[in-house]
Amino acid sequence: MTASSANAPGLRAWLTSETPSSPLQARCIQVYLGWLGLARNPLAMLGLAIVVCLILAAIFAPLLAPYDPIAQDLQRRLLPPGTPGNLLGTDELGRDILSRLLYGARITLYVVALVVVTAPVFGLLIGTVAGYAGGWVDTVLMRFTDIFLAFPRLVLALAFVAALGPGIGNAVLAIALTSWPPYARIARAETLTIRNSDFISAIRLQGASPLRIVTGHVVPLCLSSVIVRVTLDMAGIILTAAGLGFLGLGAQPPLPEWGAMISTGRLYILDQWWVATMPGLAIFTVSLGFNLLGDGLRDALDPRSSR
Amino acid sequence: MSLAGSRPGGRGGFLSSRQGLLKVGRVLATLAVTLLGLLLITFLIGRVMPIDPVLAVVGDRASNEVYEATRKAMGLDQPIIVQFFTYIGEVVRGDFGTSLLTSRPVIEDIARVFPATLELATVATLLGVSLGIPAGVMAAVHQGRWPDHVVRLVGLFGYSMPIFWLGLMGLLIFYGKLDWVAGPGRLDIFFEDVVPQVTGVILIDSLLAGDFEVFANALSHIILPASVLGYYSLAYISRMTRSFMLEQLAQEYITTARVKGVSEARVIWGHALGNVMVPLITVIALSYASLLEGSVLTEIVFAWPGIGFYITNALLSADMNAVLGGTVVVGIVFVGLNLLSDILYRVFDPRAR
Repeated sequence: MTASSANAPGLRAWLTSETPSSPLQARCIQVYLGWLGLARNPLAMLGLAIVVCLILAAIFAPLLAPYDPIAQDLQRRLLPPGTPGNLLGTDELGRDILSRLLYGARITLYVVALVVVTAPVFGLLIGTVAGYAGGWVDTVLMRFTDIFLAFPRLVLALAFVAALGPGIGNAVLAIALTSWPPYARIARAETLTIRNSDFISAIRLQGASPLRIVTGHVVPLCLSSVIVRVTLDMAGIILTAAGLGFLGLGAQPPLPEWGAMISTGRLYILDQWWVATMPGLAIFTVSLGFNLLGDGLRDALDPRSSR
Repeated sequence: MSLAGSRPGGRGGFLSSRQGLLKVGRVLATLAVTLLGLLLITFLIGRVMPIDPVLAVVGDRASNEVYEATRKAMGLDQPIIVQFFTYIGEVVRGDFGTSLLTSRPVIEDIARVFPATLELATVATLLGVSLGIPAGVMAAVHQGRWPDHVVRLVGLFGYSMPIFWLGLMGLLIFYGKLDWVAGPGRLDIFFEDVVPQVTGVILIDSLLAGDFEVFANALSHIILPASVLGYYSLAYISRMTRSFMLEQLAQEYITTARVKGVSEARVIWGHALGNVMVPLITVIALSYASLLEGSVLTEIVFAWPGIGFYITNALLSADMNAVLGGTVVVGIVFVGLNLLSDILYRVFDPRAR
């Protein structure tokens, strides 16, 4: 994909070979073919572009932002978009909205990244163990999952944040605690379909321990469906985080969190519409990007469920 | 379809057979475990919170004796498992304690605010169903062509938009700029308490009282928040309708009907949609449940005095009794609606029995 043209034919042949000579090559071929499928879908590419822009904005925020995101300038408060120097206008404390949006990308990415490395891992663990072990372990773990599924997510997250206290770390914890059950369900369903296959029996007869079978052989096979679901869920994570921020329970001022920005902009909505509109557009664009990418990934990696 | 799906002869109805009773028993057991787990979670949340519930009652200048006596009176000196069972007993009796904010029993507060949420979620679901099902059917019938793309895009936007922002934009445009609808709240201030409260649902109460002015005002207040919420239910319902319809339209009985010369409209709206209605009922019940929850943010934006508004305000003033009581009630309603959708599915689809 990023290879220079000189070795491209060789790399390409290696990536499309029908007789892979190593597990590494087989895996690379799989990824490459998945990528080809994804690249054919223009909407998925648009989603990928949005996500890449978000990541770049987060990394290079100090270089891209014209102002300090928390520097106040009361002489220049509530300027409309298009004012020279403040492309998207300024907020009630004279802070540049564009700069705040760019730095806010860091918070959004931070929340998404933290939830994504915790909730699916936990869900995967619960689901594969339940599915592989079966019997009472399965019953207990799945009942436990169902209890969390039975709760409305936002309300449960609200109650958690209420107990733990507001703040971005606790918001992440609350979102992670409420978003793992679907992954456990998916992982269990996948595990049940492969548990009795011949290759698992073969490994077991070779003397592999249950731990090794689950981590080394079952989990990798569940990964692709979980990854697809994670991408589809990222928009939901962003929206929940923004909702908590909007309620004043997520990131605290003066952090430029997008939901919290909308919350302050709400006071000026009728006369200075841009203060609340701009961060909302940012949230909308980024969630749309993740949704488009997730749809595309599902079509490319999991053709069964696409229709 | 109906022949293939009918239950084997000789077996009784839904409940009369022994297997049916066993199934009911299993459902009830699951329900009990789920509700118990729900209470365990709220109980633990109430225990891990950094606020000392005794201090909240006696204040931080109380003497040690008063503190200990209050602690004992609140049952906090008991083992944690005893406390949990005491808690269950209280919840079963509908006792969630007293709200610090309103100094009234939490259950009374909830009974007062719940109809507002119910009203909002119901109007939103009606909007979502009446637009979502036709949209989903059109998308399935014209699969891959522009109606399909439009419905998909509308759904995708719905899934990607922060609901509180959409509400604010709605207020800005339709209330601030165009002045087509009334602003936040359930009624204009001079219409409040005009009609006697019977159900707590103003749209119904005003009709019962025959006061159409109040009805019109309430309608003007509810239409924007209900549309915002309904948009989400529309996104979900149209997507599910589309995929169910595609499944049905590929079946052989559809071809048979067409070959027999049944009109296309009847094939689609009669034969196919008729069979789609069963799974759709489940979808609608689930979306109704999620609207009860999704209304938290909408209620804040529109200052709608429902349960989401109540929980959030309690939360911001550290009124834990109210927060946990509200959470339990929302959780129970959620579980109840899930169960209802499951039962409806079993009643309407003989294969699922």
